[in-house]
Amino acid sequence: MGALVALSGLTVDFDTGKRVVRALHGVDLSVARGEAVGLVGESGSGKSVTWLAALGLLGGRARIGGSVQLDGTELVGAPVRVLEAMRGKRIAMIFQDPASSLNPVHRIGRQINEALALHRGLTGAAARAETLRLLDRVGIPAAARRLDDYPHQLSGGQNQRVMIAMALAGEPDLLIADEPTTALDATIQAQILALLGELRRDGNMAMVLISHDLGVVAENCDRVAVMYAGRIVEEASADRLFGAPQHPYTQGLLDALPDLDGPRRRLAAIPGTVPEPTRLPPGCAFAPRCPHAEAACVAAVPTFHLLTPGHRAACLKPAASRGMARERAVA
Amino acid sequence: MSTLLSARGLARHYAVRTGLFGRRASLRAVDGVSFDVPPARTLALVGESGCGKTTTAKLVLGLIPPTAGTVTFEGEALPRPNTVAWREARQRMQMIYQDPLGALDRRLSVLRQVAEPLEIHQVGTKAERRERALALLDAVGLQPHLAGRYPHELSGGQRQRVVLARALILEPALIVADEPVSALDVSIQAQVLNLFEDLQARFGVAFLFISHDLKVVRQVAHDVAVMYLGRIVEQGAPEALFREPVHPYTRALVSAIPVVRRRAGRERIVLEGDPPNPIAVPSGCAFHPRCPVAVAACRSETPALKTLPDGRLVACHLAHGDAAMRKAA
Ligand SMILES: Nc1ncnc2c1ncn2[C@@H]1O[C@H](COP(=O)(O)OP(=O)(O)OP(=O)(O)O)[C@@H](O)[C@H]1O
Ligand SMILES: Nc1ncnc2c1ncn2[C@@H]1O[C@H](COP(=O)(O)OP(=O)(O)OP(=O)(O)O)[C@@H](O)[C@H]1O
Ligand code: SF4
Ligand SMILES: [Mg+2]
Ligand SMILES: [Mg+2]
Repeated sequence: MGALVALSGLTVDFDTGKRVVRALHGVDLSVARGEAVGLVGESGSGKSVTWLAALGLLGGRARIGGSVQLDGTELVGAPVRVLEAMRGKRIAMIFQDPASSLNPVHRIGRQINEALALHRGLTGAAARAETLRLLDRVGIPAAARRLDDYPHQLSGGQNQRVMIAMALAGEPDLLIADEPTTALDATIQAQILALLGELRRDGNMAMVLISHDLGVVAENCDRVAVMYAGRIVEEASADRLFGAPQHPYTQGLLDALPDLDGPRRRLAAIPGTVPEPTRLPPGCAFAPRCPHAEAACVAAVPTFHLLTPGHRAACLKPAASRGMARERAVA
Repeated sequence: MSTLLSARGLARHYAVRTGLFGRRASLRAVDGVSFDVPPARTLALVGESGCGKTTTAKLVLGLIPPTAGTVTFEGEALPRPNTVAWREARQRMQMIYQDPLGALDRRLSVLRQVAEPLEIHQVGTKAERRERALALLDAVGLQPHLAGRYPHELSGGQRQRVVLARALILEPALIVADEPVSALDVSIQAQVLNLFEDLQARFGVAFLFISHDLKVVRQVAHDVAVMYLGRIVEQGAPEALFREPVHPYTRALVSAIPVVRRRAGRERIVLEGDPPNPIAVPSGCAFHPRCPVAVAACRSETPALKTLPDGRLVACHLAHGDAAMRKAA
């Protein structure tokens, strides 16, 4: 199966004026058609920057290296014209900060109309009909009456739906959803995630779901990549990753998470904090917090080991090698 | 069981203007809430944005006057705000917030920050205050070399530890904590949650712990109250409440929590409809427009919070009526 999108060796350097800081250190990740890939990791690990870089949305201060291929077309260094034709049409993004993507002074109907005109050349009655269909599809009740509403007249969950409708306007092959439900209440989050899953299955659209919530990713993705300090440190099918995590960081994240049921246990916290990009420790960036670190871990950045087909971890001492692969029951 | 804090029929309504013509309306932020917090125990308030958790916390501390109801703390009615008696009571009840940076004075070093409440209340000599502050920094797991740093030089988890040390220095009987770990990454959140547990065991402090995260709440609470539109709809021990929620709202809320390991047979309820509006609280049971099992009575009669045989409190017509109906629901 050929990848729809393939990132390889993707790097990002930010020029802060005083110095150049590397935020991404060579990310390899691919997404197949129709697939749901989760991206998890603590704040500042590089989840958003990865996809903003891939779409050419980081601005002049950022230097992008490596390669991003969409169906074989290279996007890194591609002319603005190529990037603009691709954005929204082939790859759409729901941004982490909702305020940045809906225009507060325009009615929501008009905003979706514009997306339809841009990506599909629809105007007039055809555009209106399609706008209604999209709003209806994302579960906005009585859509015809809401076309003339401004974003502030809708609830947070409804605005999130409007953003999804706009992202779907171009019938993209890939939807990047960056924390699409973080600001929403649990019951509304459940509605939106169910909707995204349905839309993906209906349209054979691929999705990258960025979230710091391991539960959200476990329940909504086929495959998951874990990021730490600007690198992917583990990648596997969701079942494998949560059932038999190999990287000590992934294990640490899971052990730190309180359970909703089962016996109450003391949480196993990961000591220390995430390093700043300007102060990365030598070798494995996780080494200072890692219970299994040894001298070799500090000597060089660990490369990926393929543990089983489709399951890789950048660690010198993955769980399997420690003779304690903890198979977790995944229902 | 003796009680440290008790709230009875607490309500807070706001006069607001709505719509284009600024029609006057009453917003019922908190609408008749009663609970007890025993010494050295933790009561958690959970519920979705706008259900009245923070307002309840402010009422408990006397930061805003109630529209109705009473607060009793250590056996006495809470004194009127800004009186000497209130200030004394406030030494015994501290508050911590979601955003630790906002709660700290960025011009003060960590040590000064923690010792400051003692200075304000003129407790001990300068050397004694310093000693006590260092002891508390140690208790919250901050190394002595951090004592000279300033808030912006600390990580989020370290800042929240400073906030806790500062809250504890006057030896309060109660700490009201409003979303204290929501801004922290899971790895750091676990450190702080463990600390809550340790500090409670060591200092015997009680917590009123506010959170929208049910997983966090199960970890720290002895008792959980679920709020919906300004009222408690279900209250009980976290194990029972999360394993077998009874109120249809609690059931939907618990089922909506994404988990890494889903217990076999755990149901999944996706609610229809929009989040509720506290200006137009529905008649009868406020949850009825979103409730998947509502019956005719739910639209007209407000269900009372009543005790079930297992000791938990539930405000739902179906919970107290036909048990078979509840199973079928
Ligand atoms: N425009 C920018 N200029 C300089 N540094 C940046 C810029 N954008 C992001 N960074 C840095 O790049 C790193 C990765 O940031 P990114 O936003 O990708 O994190 P994230 O994993 O999405 O975190 P979160 O969960 O908080 O959204 C961080 O250290 C961040 O400070
Ligand atoms: N001073 C005020 N004037 C008018 N309305 C208010 C005021 N303070 C709070 N409210 C309203 O009261 C309701 C309850 O607010 P509160 O802050 O207690 O909710 P919460 O449960 O803490 O929510 P969150 O989880 O978002 O913090 C909300 O609808 C809020 O908009
Ligand atoms: S009282 Fe009725 S509407 Fe309210 S939760 Fe119970 S069944 Fe649902
Ligand atoms: Mg991000
Ligand atoms: Mg609040």
